[in-house]
Amino acid sequence: MNKRLIPLIVFLVLAVFFAIGLTKNPREVPSPFIDKPAPAFRLPEVGNPAQTFGPEEMRGQVWMLNVWAPWCVSCRQEHGVLMQLQAQGVKLVGLNWKDKDREAAALLARLGSPYLSTVDDLDGRVGIDYGVTGTPETFVIDKGGIIRFKQTGPISEEVWKEKLEPMLKELAR
Amino acid sequence: MKRLFMIGVTLLATQVLAGEAQPVGEDPQIEQRLNVLAEDLRCLVCQNESLAGSHAELAEDLRREIRDQMKQGKDDKQVVEYLVARYGDFVLYKPPFKPLTLVLWLGPLVFLLVGGITWWTVLKRRRAQPEGMANTQARAEAARILEGKSE
Repeated sequence: MNKRLIPLIVFLVLAVFFAIGLTKNPREVPSPFIDKPAPAFRLPEVGNPAQTFGPEEMRGQVWMLNVWAPWCVSCRQEHGVLMQLQAQGVKLVGLNWKDKDREAAALLARLGSPYLSTVDDLDGRVGIDYGVTGTPETFVIDKGGIIRFKQTGPISEEVWKEKLEPMLKELAR
Repeated sequence: MKRLFMIGVTLLATQVLAGEAQPVGEDPQIEQRLNVLAEDLRCLVCQNESLAGSHAELAEDLRREIRDQMKQGKDDKQVVEYLVARYGDFVLYKPPFKPLTLVLWLGPLVFLLVGGITWWTVLKRRRAQPEGMANTQARAEAARILEGKSE
C-alpha cells in the first residue's frame, strides 16, 4: 500500500466519525421506557382539581401523552398540529409539567384544548417517573399500556406524517 | 500588590460560594451523601454539568428526589438504580461496562496498542539497518552532488 495514502485514510475515517457524531442531537437521550409499561399516576385535571385522571383509563386505546407547559414556546408551536390531530380523532392526554394550574387553564381556554384530559404535575414527580427532561415530550402508548415511542421536541407536521401517523395506524390494528 | 489583591478576591469569592452550597435545616449527613453521589450524575438539562453543580430546575427536583429516597433509608446503589430506570445510563458519568459501551471502554486501549506496535516495528526496522550504512550512502550522495556543483 502506498504510504502517502495513510494520512488520507486517517482523514477519511475521522471525517466519517464526525459526520455521524456531529449531526446527532445530544438532546435526544435514548429513553429506557420504550416497550415498558407506562408508569401509573393519578393527578387532578387542569382547571378542575376535583376530577382526576390516570393512564389505566386509556386501556384498550392507542393514545399519546403530551408533556407540555404554558410557558413553553415549542409547545405553543406544536399546539396547532395537536389541534389538527384531535380533529382527526387522535387521542391526546396532556401533562402540565411544573407550571401553575391557573396559567394552563387560561391558555387552553384561549387557544382551545387538543386533549381528552390534561392534568397538573405541579411538583414534577410524574415527569421524573416518565424520565422527562424538558417540554415538549410525547409518549406513544399502545392498547396494553406499553410505551412504544418517545418524541422529544415539538410534533411538527413532518414528524406526524413520517413517524407518528404510521406508528399509530400500526398499533391501532 | 495588585495580583495579591486579585488572588485574595478570588479566594473570598470561592469561600462565599462554598458557604451557599449548604442548605440550612437539612440532615448534614444526607446532604454530604447527596453531594458526593450527585457529583457522578449528569444533569439532564445542562448535560455537561453534574447533578450536584447544576442550578437547573430539573436538577433541583432530582436532588430533592434523591434526598427523599435517602431519608427513606435507601442506599446509594438503590438511588442510582432509580435514576437509571428513568433516565438510562446517560445519567451516569461513568457508564457501566457492557456490550454497548465496549468501544468506549476498550477503544483507548486499542489505540494505545496500535500506537505501541507501530512504534516498536519502526524502531526494530531502524535497528535492523547495518550500522553506518545509511551514513556512508548519504555521504557518497552528498559528495556526488557537491562535486557536480563545483564542476
